[in-house]
Amino acid sequence: MTTQTVLAEATSVGGGEAVTFWILAPLALLGAIGMVWARNAVHSALWLVLTMLCLGVFYVLQAGPFIGMVQIIVYTGAIMMLFLFVLMLVGRDASDSLIETLRGQRTAAVVLALGFAGLVGTGLYRALDGVQAVGLDRANAEGNVQGIARLLFTKYVFAFELTSALLITAAVGAMVLAHVERRKEDRMDQIATMKARFRPGNYPGPKPGPGVFATSSSVATPARLPDGRLTERSIPEIMPVRELTAEETSLKGTERK
Amino acid sequence: MNLYLAAQDPTLADFGKDPWWLVLIKIVFAFAFGLLATLLGVWFERRVVGRMAVRPGPNQVGPFGLLQTLADGLKMAFKEDILPKAADKVVYFFAPTISVICAVTALSVVPFGPKVSIFGHWTPLQVTDVSVAVLVLLACSSMGIYGIVLGGWASGSTYPLLGGLRSTAQMISYEVAMGLSIVAVFMTAGTMSTSGIVAAQGDGTQLTIAGQDIPAPGWYAILLLPSFIIFFIATVGETNRAPFDLPEAESELVAGFMTEYSSLKFALFMLSEYVSMVTMSAVTTTLFLGGWRAPWPITLWAGANSGWWPMLWFFGKVIALVFVFVWLRGTLPRLRYDQFMRFGWKVLLPINLVWILVLAGLRSIEDWQTKDRLVATGIGAGVLLLATLFWPSRKKEPAPPLQEQVNSRPHGSFPLPPMDLQVPPSPRTRRVVAEREPANVVAGPDSREV
Repeated sequence: MTTQTVLAEATSVGGGEAVTFWILAPLALLGAIGMVWARNAVHSALWLVLTMLCLGVFYVLQAGPFIGMVQIIVYTGAIMMLFLFVLMLVGRDASDSLIETLRGQRTAAVVLALGFAGLVGTGLYRALDGVQAVGLDRANAEGNVQGIARLLFTKYVFAFELTSALLITAAVGAMVLAHVERRKEDRMDQIATMKARFRPGNYPGPKPGPGVFATSSSVATPARLPDGRLTERSIPEIMPVRELTAEETSLKGTERK
Repeated sequence: MNLYLAAQDPTLADFGKDPWWLVLIKIVFAFAFGLLATLLGVWFERRVVGRMAVRPGPNQVGPFGLLQTLADGLKMAFKEDILPKAADKVVYFFAPTISVICAVTALSVVPFGPKVSIFGHWTPLQVTDVSVAVLVLLACSSMGIYGIVLGGWASGSTYPLLGGLRSTAQMISYEVAMGLSIVAVFMTAGTMSTSGIVAAQGDGTQLTIAGQDIPAPGWYAILLLPSFIIFFIATVGETNRAPFDLPEAESELVAGFMTEYSSLKFALFMLSEYVSMVTMSAVTTTLFLGGWRAPWPITLWAGANSGWWPMLWFFGKVIALVFVFVWLRGTLPRLRYDQFMRFGWKVLLPINLVWILVLAGLRSIEDWQTKDRLVATGIGAGVLLLATLFWPSRKKEPAPPLQEQVNSRPHGSFPLPPMDLQVPPSPRTRRVVAEREPANVVAGPDSREV
């Protein structure tokens, strides 16, 4: 398997590794470019999925099988799935328009992105300056997963817990914002619902929709039952019952001939 | 005997040494296994459900109706392939293939047996194994959902879209429960490689009952029973099988995500469903039922866990699990969507978390002295007892009736509108109804409206 071979000859780039890289690297780039250029939001998400999958394989190639699989499971499998969920709810025809609604937004975005990249770059450079690389053999000495676990739960446990606290706060906040409280006594169980439905005097079937068999499409017009009677149950209680006069229902002469 | 067994056990170091033709043979075998399992699985399901419904099931094509699925598959291939006008063509085309590819790929890390000799090569009966093989399985199952979701979206109509949306939410919810129940397996086995997990389930403790040495099975289905149950439930949810087949609920969504699919593309979705059912059964077998290892009465025979025999035990366990899948479908009605979600998040997830906590506690006090262990368990039990005793009651005092509440308001409060307020009709509305005889309003039962 690739992992073992790579682990064995981690110092030099093996043939398999090079072949995989040269196949997947263009694909990853293509995905990234496609993600930016795609008009349709779902297509954009799919291009991103392609890039993420390639990245996952790259991690595996770099003797980090755990992070590679987590990349695929968590990012591609769960987070992109959530993205897709939202995009599908928004609707399939939602493609972005090129009209700039906020003035100077693009310039500001470019400047901010450059600034952010510069910050991250310098931060990384300063953090890694003077670090002696021990090599993959030492890093993966007790196994890749075990090594990550040791680091996560000893040296970086505080940062790890802090991140998880942040995420939990965000999740709880979202739940509080979206939560609709229903009191327990307002809730009806299945038995109570069925009893109310079949109690004498209540019609258990669905209500006729307003405008069914009616002469007008107004919600204020009661539905007409098959035998010609009007039913008041088809309109909201708060609406007064009224019927249109012949003059109102007659053609106004504005219709297309 | 244990030494002999150890020689059969593949370890991670045994993989990646096969010549290319052997790898090819293994891959083709795993692929053919998936396809054959579909052919026989559909037949098996229809026959078993038929027996449960007291009817014979398909019995005309071939012996026992065995070729029925083949005939159906051929028929499906010759059907017209319909591409809806509103479909997103590329995504619509690729969605079924994503499903199938992911379902079949998962089979590559499933161990079918121990090391055997194939044309003089001493090799494990498993396509490959990596140190994170179980995560590969999880990744395959989570990527497979993309096929369903994208198929639903790309069809460009409402029912498939709803099916796809349901599938998304379902997968995210049940993947969590599934991952957590595998955590217990990792903790006990100490490895993520599938062959390692099978090996870890091999050595159970010896029980001596009435002078007989009976090895207690090291199956995680017994040691980690809650995890096993939750994992299997999540598996049913993940493969979209009844009673969790909400993405294709035919009573609500016609056929859900595959409503618009026809011909071979529909056949691919069918294929992926059955392959993933078999794959998931194989994964459950590997993780919880001892993989290819024989259960106790067979192990009395020394050669039970060597050579090609273990493949038989493996297939037996897989077929038993597939039968449970079919059994569930034949027995249980489909859940309502909100019930399904509540079950996943409010039942499976908390139980799983508590169970993992308990397991971690048990594992960490394993090496302690007996006295310390008793003290630790006692403290845990005491805290639990106190918590249940002094848990604040959620019952609230019943609110006084409305009239009482109104009367108890302080003097000079804001005036309340009458409780039975009716909005008077607008004076601008011509009151034609008033002149009509009030025949339309029936105050009593509306039973005549039927």
